[in-house]
Amino acid sequence: MATQHSRSAARFMMAPAVILLLGWMLVPLIMTLYFSFKRYLPLRGGDLGWTGFDNYVRFVTSSAFWPSVQATLIIVGGTLLITVIFGVLLGILLNQPMWGQGVVRILVIAPFFVMPTVSALVWKNMFMDPVNGLFAHLWKAVGAQPIEWLSDISLFSIVLIVSWQWLPFATLILLTAIQSLDSEQLEAAEMDGAPVLKRFAYITLPHLSRAITIVILIETIFLLSIFAEIFVTTGGAFGSRTLTYLIFQRVLESQNVGLGSAGGVYAIILANIVAIFLMRIVGKNLDA
Amino acid sequence: MGQIKLEQVTKSFGPVEVIPPLDLTIGDGEFTVFVGPSGCGKSTLLRLIAGLEDITSGTIRIDGQDATNVPPAKRGLAMVFQSYALYPHMSVRKNIAFPMRMAGIPEDEQNRRIEAAATALNLTDYLERRPGQLSGGQRQRVAIGRAIVREPAAFLFDEPLSNLDAALRVGMRLEISELHKRLATTMIYVTHDQVEAMTMADKIVVLQAGVIEQVGSPLELYRAPRNVFVAGFIGSPKMNLLSGPEAEKHGVHTIGIRPEHTAISTESGTWEGTVGVAEHLGSDTFLHVQCPQFAEPLTVRASGEFPVQYGDRIFLTPDPAHLHRFDAAGLRIA
Ligand SMILES: Nc1ncnc2c1ncn2[C@@H]1O[C@H](COP(=O)(O)OP(=O)(O)OP(=O)(O)O)[C@@H](O)[C@H]1O
Ligand SMILES: [Mg+2]
Repeated sequence: MATQHSRSAARFMMAPAVILLLGWMLVPLIMTLYFSFKRYLPLRGGDLGWTGFDNYVRFVTSSAFWPSVQATLIIVGGTLLITVIFGVLLGILLNQPMWGQGVVRILVIAPFFVMPTVSALVWKNMFMDPVNGLFAHLWKAVGAQPIEWLSDISLFSIVLIVSWQWLPFATLILLTAIQSLDSEQLEAAEMDGAPVLKRFAYITLPHLSRAITIVILIETIFLLSIFAEIFVTTGGAFGSRTLTYLIFQRVLESQNVGLGSAGGVYAIILANIVAIFLMRIVGKNLDA
Repeated sequence: MGQIKLEQVTKSFGPVEVIPPLDLTIGDGEFTVFVGPSGCGKSTLLRLIAGLEDITSGTIRIDGQDATNVPPAKRGLAMVFQSYALYPHMSVRKNIAFPMRMAGIPEDEQNRRIEAAATALNLTDYLERRPGQLSGGQRQRVAIGRAIVREPAAFLFDEPLSNLDAALRVGMRLEISELHKRLATTMIYVTHDQVEAMTMADKIVVLQAGVIEQVGSPLELYRAPRNVFVAGFIGSPKMNLLSGPEAEKHGVHTIGIRPEHTAISTESGTWEGTVGVAEHLGSDTFLHVQCPQFAEPLTVRASGEFPVQYGDRIFLTPDPAHLHRFDAAGLRIA
């Protein structure tokens, strides 16, 4: 029974948690906003007073800004594309009855448990190194010039590394969705004269749309802020500087807290634009 | 056209032989019902005919042509599944259009057939709905509609009514029978409900453990069951099967007498017993009678109402003209 008394008691009891969460969110946000209007150079004079929107203007007009937004979107988009497509294919493959299914499934999920820093290092040194990497040996074995993965096609290489990490997640979610597909529907379609590819397009894919939306949503949230993979591999060079990485450089390498904070505010705005965009699609797909 | 012929067809799942060699001919335009207890291989047999399952050995002929290795879509058969198997993300119209779309039938012809099917099945008002927004009976009709528009050589139904409630089942049963009369297309219908089998079939195939026990018209099966299994399976309530001294009086191993072929009297008769449970249906009364010489209680039918109480003494007289005799192997003795 929700009497006036018990309700106010409930509010009182919940208050610590709510205040903690609010503080957790609000303090960094307000500090970011606060610093973004300041000229604050910790090693070059510290707090040099208010500057209005100066930081915002400088951040956007810097030649690094648009390329960084572009790099962010390419990494997020590319990874989503690869993980969703291969996730669906792997999910279908793993759903087939085969020998050693249990072991194979665990192996497929394994990359998800490797820390981003570690996996990026492994990829950088063991696979993509132009001299000693496995890929280099492979290329040499067929008589080709080894590719300088991380400098020549740095964005693609990073997309590859990040996709490797996120593919298990996509596969797992999509596999469970595939398993929930009623096999009689596929058989009905088979009898209705739909060959394999059409069965996939008309029955399986629509059935997966909800799971795909969820994969896209969750991955986007995490991919917008990837950092370790870039830090460890290219250090932001060769056009692989994302918005997150640019902010990091402004704050820690240039020691310009104000400018970095302004960048942080832009990142929040970008994330929200993407989120609104996604929520529209998700909302539509989750309703159906 | 839709004559289906199975020749020495077998099916094994790994080491388990579900269907031992089986021969069966289903005539063009016939309404054939596969009936049998759960797990006897009815669905498997239907799926073999449909091509959804590969046969282990033997030959399937459709209209005389060898169809053993023909893929399901090319056999010209349409199937209605127990779960309906409608495509949930498509409207009713798109569901019905799907097989025609796959076959590349022109749009206006598609629409003509959809309208015709929708009118025949009372679906006109629901064409733009999704399957999720339909009742069980409506979904069933959509599934049938999707099968009709293909104009198949034969329809295959796998327990299509088992998800419906009793009243709806009776209604749909009639609709399917009517559909068969109108289209005159071969239909194979799987059920484990012997009332459905009796009321709908031109020909009943009784299966047990993958073996055909008897094939015949409903009345043939009712009048002259070939063995004890068919005798007990066809007819409701079940035939009373009696063995022991009473059967030996007739010189056989087992005798069978249907509940409706036993005269009941409160004064005199062949067998004496006490009334157990009495089921009053209004039109009939079914009495369960315990006779001292039989281990199992007998079921007997009295027309209309029969005024007896639990524990009353009662006399039963089997009609000798309707007494079924079976030998030790369970086979009928003519
Ligand atoms: N894919 C399969 N693998 C192994 N055994 C199977 C498979 N499908 C069916 N069986 C077996 O084959 C036998 C017949 O199954 P089937 O589904 O044809 O029975 P049914 O007569 O349709 O029963 P019900 O009335 O319960 O639907 C069963 O014993 C079942 O266990
Ligand atoms: Mg079955």
